[in-house]
Amino acid sequence: MIERDILARLRQSLACIEDRKWAGTSPPERFALGVGAIDAALGGGLPRRAVHEVFAAAMADSGAACGFGLGLALRMAGMAAVAGEGRPIVWVQQAMAARQHGLLNPNGLAEFGASPSLFILIETRDALQALRTAHEAVRCAALGAVVMELWGPAKELGLAESRRLCLAAAGSGVGLVVLRLEADPQPSAAFSRWSVAAAPSVTLEAAAPGHPRFDLNLLRHRGGPGSGRWRVEWNRDELVFRQPALSGAVVSLPSHRPAGATAWRDAG
Amino acid sequence: MRVAHANREALALGLVPGLTLADARARVPEVAVADLDRAADRALLRRIADWCDRFTPLTACDGDDAVMLDITGCVHLFGGEAAMRAEAVARLGFMGLTVRAAIAATPDAARAVARYSAQGVVAPGDEAAAVRPLPVAALGLDGERALALSRAGLKTIADIADRPRAPLAARFGAELMERLARVLGETDHPISPDRPAPELMVERRFADPIAHAGDIDATLAGLARGLSRRLEEHGLGGRRFEASFFRADGAVRRIAIASGRPVRDARILARLYAERLDALADPLDPGFGFDMVRLAALSCEAMAERQARFDGGDEGDEAVGELIDRLSARFGPARVMRFAAADSHVPERGFHAVDAIAAPGAAPAWPVAVPDEPPVAPLRLFAPPQPVETMAEVPDGPPLRFRWRRIVHDIVAAEGPERIAPEWWRDGEDALTRDYFRVEDRHGRRFWLFREGLYGRETERPRWYLHGLFA
Repeated sequence: MIERDILARLRQSLACIEDRKWAGTSPPERFALGVGAIDAALGGGLPRRAVHEVFAAAMADSGAACGFGLGLALRMAGMAAVAGEGRPIVWVQQAMAARQHGLLNPNGLAEFGASPSLFILIETRDALQALRTAHEAVRCAALGAVVMELWGPAKELGLAESRRLCLAAAGSGVGLVVLRLEADPQPSAAFSRWSVAAAPSVTLEAAAPGHPRFDLNLLRHRGGPGSGRWRVEWNRDELVFRQPALSGAVVSLPSHRPAGATAWRDAG
Repeated sequence: MRVAHANREALALGLVPGLTLADARARVPEVAVADLDRAADRALLRRIADWCDRFTPLTACDGDDAVMLDITGCVHLFGGEAAMRAEAVARLGFMGLTVRAAIAATPDAARAVARYSAQGVVAPGDEAAAVRPLPVAALGLDGERALALSRAGLKTIADIADRPRAPLAARFGAELMERLARVLGETDHPISPDRPAPELMVERRFADPIAHAGDIDATLAGLARGLSRRLEEHGLGGRRFEASFFRADGAVRRIAIASGRPVRDARILARLYAERLDALADPLDPGFGFDMVRLAALSCEAMAERQARFDGGDEGDEAVGELIDRLSARFGPARVMRFAAADSHVPERGFHAVDAIAAPGAAPAWPVAVPDEPPVAPLRLFAPPQPVETMAEVPDGPPLRFRWRRIVHDIVAAEGPERIAPEWWRDGEDALTRDYFRVEDRHGRRFWLFREGLYGRETERPRWYLHGLFA
């Protein structure tokens, strides 16, 4: 009985601390992903001034993770669809990530709906340099968003470091997307953590690959129920995620997935 | 083999340059000989010229064995010409060098006096008197002409200067007259300094050399404040800066930084230097300490005073520029990039990654995506493209499956080919055509593959590459 009281009191004081954290600054301004079900599950979208982690589910899912991370950064920056307008996005890339998974392609950015001229790309030798650079960039309030791309386990990004990044983001109002390639999720102070895999697209005529689609797995979400799986599609023309259209070809689930994984909740 | 140079003791024994080595050994059997190393001599001279930078920024190597300093306007800092000369000779003497030095109003007079006279300082206007007794060799003519002069019985400069000039010019050439006028101080011939003179500079000297990192930082911060004041007086902002650290033992280390826009704020300047010093691959080595530190603005631009706005608007660009400057100072300008479009259909040439610090040049516009179509260019591009093993149904169709990094991808959707012809004007006639395919595997991963070479026409065994990853 007493123990339960203590636990309850501890929970209460923890909740107070959590509240107070946001009390100093204005309440977290949120950005919506654009898919009703996800935004509802997240309580109205993700906070702008925070750190969000995106993990590639498998080695070959780096393209999908990069696409989702970029989508988050664009939503976060609120980049206008008109080319050349909006705040700059700083993209910090560990050299190893570029070597293993390719360089950022500005023509691909343009095809994804972003304006390549607004990107500032910084290539760093190792994860530690990337962390320092991202920390420095996040503190610059004039940016739209910062993306930090790390390759491998990146032990340098521990709890303390990610907490520091969170504080910097909360202070300046510039959000950070941490893109992790070939890494397993590990504890951090990030507000949300996603695991992203590519999803089969609805093919166009003549069996051409269609719009980018992702299978999202929300692994952690601070201040909310912490999990969910959705399939989303990126709408390049409106810079928003959308629920995949079911018209046209029926999305067939890949046969290799375990039976448990077929319980995809259709967004919406 | 001949004697090229001889020290004072050897000269006293009659071992003059030009003597054959066998003769020299015959006269003084115990003479110590070293091979002539012109490169090392030049390097030493270069270092001495660098070191002399502490007296004036206008220094130049003069021939193989002399350094020329333009000390116009610097003399008062050292307490007069004589004191300055004494200081230079004494300091170089500490380094183990034997120095002959002279100060005169023109470089040629100074050179002649330093080489052929013991007079240290020639007052302005006295050049003629100082050089008249000197031998004609002091004119610095080549051997043939000097020989011709001596055959004509003209031994000293006075001999030439006293004669009518026209006949001499007719006989020995106009160059002789030109040299004579310069040595006599009648015409001035400015030196061309080895490094450009900075537009503005501030420096600080220390009686006791400083070596602690804290002292160096504080010194740089102080110098930055001084330079900032100077820039403000002139209404300028600096684009390139150079800090020179003069070590007590004569070595000079110079560290340059650049900025994307004109900088005047001392705080920003000091911060840029802190970043740069922090990231040096080979750190600043104070040795026994620096006895002088100088901060110079190498290139400046006009910079208008800006009034800060109350609402803080319009400061975004400024803040981003500062961030770019700081990161460029730390990683080097080439690692902080922006993208500029380029006119080429070859994917890896379709853009330039330009230094973010550089002023944006004119670039073509980015291609506009077709509404409601999926992206046709991948988000990530491999450089160089990754070779893959493929299996295709028909030689010029899309592959059925391919293997990349030991994983087999079964292709379920494909679009292509998008044929990109080689740029023969760059790659030559033998370059191969590429057929690009946008493919999607069973799990929904989208790849950009290309086949290099047209089957049957350009090659019998076309190779396949993975060039990019789509979102």
